[in-house]
Amino acid sequence: MTPDPVLSWLGETGPNADLVISSRVRLARNVAGRPFWGRNAAPDRERIVRLVEAAADEIPELAPATWYRLDTLGRPGRLWLHERQLASRELAGLDPVGRVRSGAAVVAGETAAVMCNEEDHLRIQAFAPGFALDRAARAAERVDGELGARISFAFHPEFGYLTGCPTNVGTGLRASVLIHLPALVLTREIGKVLQGLSQVGLTHRGLWGEGSEVRGNLFQLSNQTTLGKTEAELLEHLGRLVVEVMGHEARARQVLLRDAPMLVEDRVWRAWGLLRHARVLTFDETLNLLSGVRLGIGMGILPRRDWMTLNRLLVEAQDAHLAQRTGTGLDDEALPVHRADLVRGMLDEEARG
Amino acid sequence: MTTCQACQEREAVVHLTQVVGEQVTTIHLCGKCAAERGIATEGEAAATPLGSFLAALGPAPAATESAAEQCPECGATLADIRASGRLGCASCWSAFAGPLRDLVRRLHGASLHVGEQYRDPAEGPGSPERRVAHERIRLREALREAVETEAFEEAAQLRDQLRDLEDE
Ligand SMILES: [Zn+2]
Ligand SMILES: [Zn+2]
Repeated sequence: MTPDPVLSWLGETGPNADLVISSRVRLARNVAGRPFWGRNAAPDRERIVRLVEAAADEIPELAPATWYRLDTLGRPGRLWLHERQLASRELAGLDPVGRVRSGAAVVAGETAAVMCNEEDHLRIQAFAPGFALDRAARAAERVDGELGARISFAFHPEFGYLTGCPTNVGTGLRASVLIHLPALVLTREIGKVLQGLSQVGLTHRGLWGEGSEVRGNLFQLSNQTTLGKTEAELLEHLGRLVVEVMGHEARARQVLLRDAPMLVEDRVWRAWGLLRHARVLTFDETLNLLSGVRLGIGMGILPRRDWMTLNRLLVEAQDAHLAQRTGTGLDDEALPVHRADLVRGMLDEEARG
Repeated sequence: MTTCQACQEREAVVHLTQVVGEQVTTIHLCGKCAAERGIATEGEAAATPLGSFLAALGPAPAATESAAEQCPECGATLADIRASGRLGCASCWSAFAGPLRDLVRRLHGASLHVGEQYRDPAEGPGSPERRVAHERIRLREALREAVETEAFEEAAQLRDQLRDLEDE
């Protein structure tokens, strides 16, 4: 059996799947009495991994636990983990100048995972399909509870969970939704919406986290502050604003239908045609075509279909996933050809049911 | 690979998403061109996420700083924290509680954690199961280290302790 860590969210359709691809909750935790990142040496970091290793065995959400030592993994493997959001860019050492730090590790179960020796000793994260923040939060909190019962976490009565960076202190909770907003981009309303969000404590970034660009009209919206509100309040606040954003997107789609129906219809059908028939596809092009197809289905231009294949392609059509699947290197010139093959193959497979 | 928009030469490592008016634009720059424009690359930015913010706070009054110039646990000074944007250890939070309280209030609009209250399984009144689970993890970790460093006597002791614990 080949494990498919933390991709269980791709195996079902969640609430509001037409707009929200996935929900994620991340908790930052540090082990009491151990120096933080930046002041710890290799043996300290190794100790963190061992503590988590000893505890992870006993935690259902992390079972069957798959361990990845990024510090011994080649670039394709590290990129692969980053592509499925299991390792941040920093932890995966993906910057051209950066190196992988010693002790960089990830343990992943079916619905949750823990990054070890990121900026904090532990970064617990859980995913859920669609707009389901509570579900992701429950999974993350269960892992947190089980780990926190076995490992002493650094906690302060006034400041809450202590973190290396003051931006994460308190609850240590960062919740986010990955949302598709093509009509807001097409109608050029997106800037206004994002600006409004930043004024009420939300940040936005691209699909691959901090510092990543926005591609394929996919935005990651998350809470900016982590202290002064309860976990439930933080989730509720984000959730309420996501509902608002979904409303803006729906209105923008109505505007498109009213003002430029043929233009939109043409764009959608072109995207579908290219995805179905192209022989060479870059990932960026694939993202944009998938965006067009999503929009088309959401607006009733294309026949309704399940969102799972489209979601899966977001993950599987990325470089390291493709390279792994086809047994080629990351720099292989044939990768865009393999990508087009994969896209056609998966869409055919879906059509056959 | 995305090419730098400025020099059209090197690989872009900085991707800046800007909201100008109603347009979202993304600028791709290589490290060199980004540095020339005064933009920290991702690596640098991550190293000092709060550096400029902390610097902007200016030096704290000497009176409050002299009380705890160094964190007793890790030796970090407030200057270290300003420079790196990061705390050295959990004790830093207590050692520099004053200035940190101000910073946290600026960042989060509050300085008191009102979320979940954590109960350390190693101390205070907790359920016996919690304490046993915690002790088991501690012993298992210590045992592994003892075996690896060939401290066999210690390992035997730890093994006994672990067995006793599991018999409880
Ligand atoms: Zn350049
Ligand atoms: Zn310290």
